[in-house]
Amino acid sequence: MLDHILSILIFFPALAGILGFMIDKKSIRAYGIAVGFVEFALSLWLWFAFDSNVSGMQFMENLPLIPSFGINYILGVDGISLFIIILAAFFTMIGIASLTKTKNEKNMIITLLFLQMTMIGVFSALDAIVFYVFWELSLVPMLYIIGAWGGPLRIYASIKFFLYTFAGSLVMLVGMLFMAYFFYQATGTWSFAILDWYRLILPESFQLWLFVAFFFGFAIKVPMFPFHTWLPYAHGQAPTIGSVILAAILLKMGTYAFIRFSLPLFPDASVFFMVPIAVIAIIMIIYTAMVAYAQKDVKQVVAYSSVSHMGVIILGTFALNVEGISGSVFLMIGHGVVSGALFLLVGVIYDRRHTKLMSEFGGLAHVMPRYATIFGIMLMASVGMPLTINFVGEFLSLLGFYEQSHILTLLAGIAIIVGAIYMLSAYKKMFFGNITKDENRELKDVNKRELLALIPLSIITIWLGIYPKPILEPINNSVEAVVQLMHNKSTTVEAKERIPNVSGIVISKTSTREAH
Amino acid sequence: MLSPINVSLESLNLITLAPMLIPVVGALLILVIDILKGGLDRSLYVVLSVLFLALDFGALLDSAGVFGKDGIVLGLFDVMLIDGIAILAQFIIVATSMLFIPLALTHKRFHEFSYPEFFALFLFMISGFQFMVASDNLILIFVGLETASLALYTLIAMHNRDKSFEAAVKYFTMGALAAGFYSFGAMVFYALTGSVEINQIATVLAANGYVDIGYVLVGVVFMLGSFGFKLSVVPFHTWTPDVYEGSSAAMAGYMSIVPKIAAFVVAMRIFEFLVHSGIAWLEFILWIMVVVTMTAANVWALVQTDVKRMLAYSSISHAGFVMAAILVGTTQSNSALFLYWVLFSFTNLGSFSMLWISRQKQLPGYQKTDHSFDKFSGMIITSPMAAIIMAIFMLSLAGLPPFALFWGKVYMISSAVTGGYTILALIMALNSAIAGYYYLKLIVYMFMKDPIASNVDNNGELYVANATLALKSIIGFAIVGTIFAFLAINPLLEFITTFVYNSGY
Repeated sequence: MLDHILSILIFFPALAGILGFMIDKKSIRAYGIAVGFVEFALSLWLWFAFDSNVSGMQFMENLPLIPSFGINYILGVDGISLFIIILAAFFTMIGIASLTKTKNEKNMIITLLFLQMTMIGVFSALDAIVFYVFWELSLVPMLYIIGAWGGPLRIYASIKFFLYTFAGSLVMLVGMLFMAYFFYQATGTWSFAILDWYRLILPESFQLWLFVAFFFGFAIKVPMFPFHTWLPYAHGQAPTIGSVILAAILLKMGTYAFIRFSLPLFPDASVFFMVPIAVIAIIMIIYTAMVAYAQKDVKQVVAYSSVSHMGVIILGTFALNVEGISGSVFLMIGHGVVSGALFLLVGVIYDRRHTKLMSEFGGLAHVMPRYATIFGIMLMASVGMPLTINFVGEFLSLLGFYEQSHILTLLAGIAIIVGAIYMLSAYKKMFFGNITKDENRELKDVNKRELLALIPLSIITIWLGIYPKPILEPINNSVEAVVQLMHNKSTTVEAKERIPNVSGIVISKTSTREAH
Repeated sequence: MLSPINVSLESLNLITLAPMLIPVVGALLILVIDILKGGLDRSLYVVLSVLFLALDFGALLDSAGVFGKDGIVLGLFDVMLIDGIAILAQFIIVATSMLFIPLALTHKRFHEFSYPEFFALFLFMISGFQFMVASDNLILIFVGLETASLALYTLIAMHNRDKSFEAAVKYFTMGALAAGFYSFGAMVFYALTGSVEINQIATVLAANGYVDIGYVLVGVVFMLGSFGFKLSVVPFHTWTPDVYEGSSAAMAGYMSIVPKIAAFVVAMRIFEFLVHSGIAWLEFILWIMVVVTMTAANVWALVQTDVKRMLAYSSISHAGFVMAAILVGTTQSNSALFLYWVLFSFTNLGSFSMLWISRQKQLPGYQKTDHSFDKFSGMIITSPMAAIIMAIFMLSLAGLPPFALFWGKVYMISSAVTGGYTILALIMALNSAIAGYYYLKLIVYMFMKDPIASNVDNNGELYVANATLALKSIIGFAIVGTIFAFLAINPLLEFITTFVYNSGY
């Protein structure tokens, strides 16, 4: 069974989703939680069976799909994708568990199960076309979630989300087809397998164009400044569950794809574009932090802060060394946990008051002490306080980039501190002071169902903040292999200097992977 | 003093005519049955047509076997040319017709189907299309084209709406103009080369190095105009939305597939050698036509308020997309054309059939046209299964993976990339994004809006008002093909590539 565990992880929720049509409306939530739990248990089993000392791909599956055109169904995980898969399974489970009363609950839960299939598919696909299939397919359930259960502007928001990402990924598709064509020219066979592509060394001029084509697809997904405009709408209109999944998992597809595709395929181009992208990332951090400060709606504050932290992930990725990339992968996990939790928390207060305007609140700490505590922990984690999960990732990302450029890192570091201001001021407006509105006097504190989702998230936040090793080590191993591959493949002098040579030992590991 | 001409019967190779003659025999049989005993039910004629088409399909399998063994076969004074692309096109024509004709078995009665002539004309039309694709001779192509077109005009006019007559007359007028263009173009080529055989024309022109380039261009312009009408390429597309709107949804779906593949094959025969002749002007004109057709049709589709008109513009855009294959002109692109069209025929016939089963006899007050977007509001609540099926057809048309058309799109764009048309590949990709908007519009109506009260009361009956087992089976067939296409792509692609390559395209 372990040989096909990835296929099982991908298609179990889809099968459960199809069978879910047969379940009665009243029992669908229990069914959804049960399926989510089984899926999460399977993903934990994957972690348990995963060998952290191997840097290459594990649990590989390979089935011919369209062999004459080089498309094969290839799956596999390494330390980079493993934890995002577990995170996706985890968030779907607690997302369904903490779902508040909605109309058409059955459709919602079935949609979530299909969404889970696509998310796990993206992170385990090792064939560009299979990757693209899941990448695009993930848009449809999200379109439906935002469009059917969202706020007043939901249709505009959902279509903007869909078309923006769809247009970007089509440019990426052309890039993929070019990549396959270059592979065909070099070897005489068509192949879309990413591990095959890793072996192909392209001249720098080709790399630059292909990097740009892939960049459109990924940058819109992340979203990077100036392609970020769809995200505040999507978050603002989406129901709580939609925002949680979007922030925690879907945005990570973009940053994950940078590490899986852009860096190892185009190392010279990555070095070439390192400074421009770092500048964009810093603009993204500072600009969205300032926009977040100006927001009146607490959900928008969380949404913009989420974009701002994605900037740090990008910065870490484009440090192009082991510390930076490991840090950014770890920050993806941390950001997923923390911003997912923050959106859940916003959902808690929205369910009670049906408003998200901060001016409507004030003094909530008096009536909802437990809520205020958990919100406080997550907020501290979000601004990157030491001993919380985000600190580890942010620190490593910045440390990595410090080796490339001192000044840019300094700017980014200051920007993160500025980021603390808007979060703390939002917290002050909502929780401290006297209770100004009468409606707020009788609010109930978080109930058991909400705690079921929030407590595990708080535990993870603090546990991984204090002791990140169990996750950081496998990530580090796989990242070392990627960096070594980039160093070996790079052709320009500058790239050889910028991308460190990790060690000789790793090379033998890479070759075992290729022997797979 | 005329000397007697001796032609041995064997040299005529009459077996090459078998696939075209089978539907003719079928049509005559239907007419004879009607003369002997009138007033028979339409189901008889439907089943008879399906049987004859099945025989036709069998004969095609036979020719495919012969082609696989011996290569290209000529027959009937060498005017018949049975090569790979002729066989592939006939497969598409006959298979799509077999899927189309059971759509006549609707729940409500429509008067065109009560005439046996409808079915006889239908079979004559198929035979016309088959002649058209299976010939290298400009005259026989013309005969096939006109046989098919005249039958088709009548089939459209038999639908009982005011707009149907308007549509038929419009199509007839435009078609007559196109026929005029065609004969003018053929005349110019004959005058230049002394032959009506396309390969002869190509040989003669290549031998004299295109000395009369001016006249060649005149001929090309007339041909482009003629095929522009048939393929509804912008700016010759103006008839398309009106004609689709006037004919029944099933017929509109059929028209977006079968006449076009026939025209594509002829266009491929005529333009392939011209594109490869290195006349930059022709390549440029084709490039512009492809890009404008794709883009402009997409933009017009954005503003439509009727689903059928939207699909009409979308099929113009798909035709433009596929025209790119003729421009690129490599084996890969020509294979992509057939692959795309096989997948498109499934998806498009499926989506038009979904409109067909929701066709009402009387329009309720809030609806201006047969299939306005409003009609589909909140369909997910009243009839979820139909809404999901329709959504999958729309997503497939938009090119979302893993549904059928995605694979066609990927292969087509890849052929543009391989052929060196980078900008074109990017434009093709971005057009898919524009197209995404109007397909999504229907999904938005179906999934995100609230249903109209009267539809909730009768439990979404409106959407399946016309459904019978036959129609549901066709849709089931189309949806299974659309979803599980990825399993069939590899054998299909290998088959198509072998046939296209062995025909020299």
